[in-house]
Amino acid sequence: MKWGVVIFPGSNCDQDCFYVIKDVLGEEVRYVWHKETDLRDLDCLILPGGFSYGDYLRAGAIACFSPVMEALVDFAKKGGLIMGICNGFQILLEAGLLPGAMLRNKNIHFICKYVYLRVENIHTPFTNLFKEGQVVRIPIAHNEGNYYIEDEGLVELKNNKQIIFRYSDEEGRLAPEFNPNGAKEFIAGIINKEGNVLGMMPHPERASEGILNSQDGLLVFKSIVNWFKR
Amino acid sequence: MLEVEVYVSLKKTVSDPQGLAVKRSLESLGYSEVKEVRVGKFIQLRLDLEDREKASQRIEEMCKKLLANPIIEDFTFKIK
Repeated sequence: MKWGVVIFPGSNCDQDCFYVIKDVLGEEVRYVWHKETDLRDLDCLILPGGFSYGDYLRAGAIACFSPVMEALVDFAKKGGLIMGICNGFQILLEAGLLPGAMLRNKNIHFICKYVYLRVENIHTPFTNLFKEGQVVRIPIAHNEGNYYIEDEGLVELKNNKQIIFRYSDEEGRLAPEFNPNGAKEFIAGIINKEGNVLGMMPHPERASEGILNSQDGLLVFKSIVNWFKR
Repeated sequence: MLEVEVYVSLKKTVSDPQGLAVKRSLESLGYSEVKEVRVGKFIQLRLDLEDREKASQRIEEMCKKLLANPIIEDFTFKIK
């Protein structure tokens, strides 16, 4: 399989993702500049974190109209795997590939810290190596991670098991004090109905080597590799 | 040439963390009469159009596609 890491003007986690895929996992990967329109050689796309277009207007709003996005929507329709991390998640929401929207963090601060996440659904291409209900430790770093969705959409997310990660404590308990940004239902990551597009606010690429204090994030990347091998 | 003012604000049903923080600050300055603050965006456009009806249609489109996110925001605009 071959990975692509998309770079928008203002992306800043692209090299970290590239490094994890190439050097930690030893997989084939290339960068995809946001003006590219041919993604046919790729199997999995990463939309990395950062501040695409300086977060002007709304985080992710301007990136939606980059030339690569049309090809990316087509890629998703054909079943290609897409993982949006942080700003990548915001872009997927703005583009309508995932439901809902992001609001400013409840405490109006930029939050950069390790959080605990409870894995809610392991039957996906992105989480198949996790254990049911496993609690993992992965850092967040964002200003707009306060996930919002209207009640009707939330019911649909739950019915289709589209909630993938929730903020919790280290025992997997859910409570407002373990919810860093005020996200609805403690949501940290969701998947589309078809199951091939994931958005998550935490940064798995920042928790992929022992030296970084946690390797829990690597399991997301490894799950994808595993999904292609099966 | 038409001058346009677009106002984008969070929907009433969506909580506004910035508005709440500003309200608390105003309170601490002694403005206890402030019961609600909503923070929004004000966008000015100059359009190379004369037809106000056509402009109105185009602006509505711009708001829905880019200037506002209809999931969380409402918009209004004035053509001057």
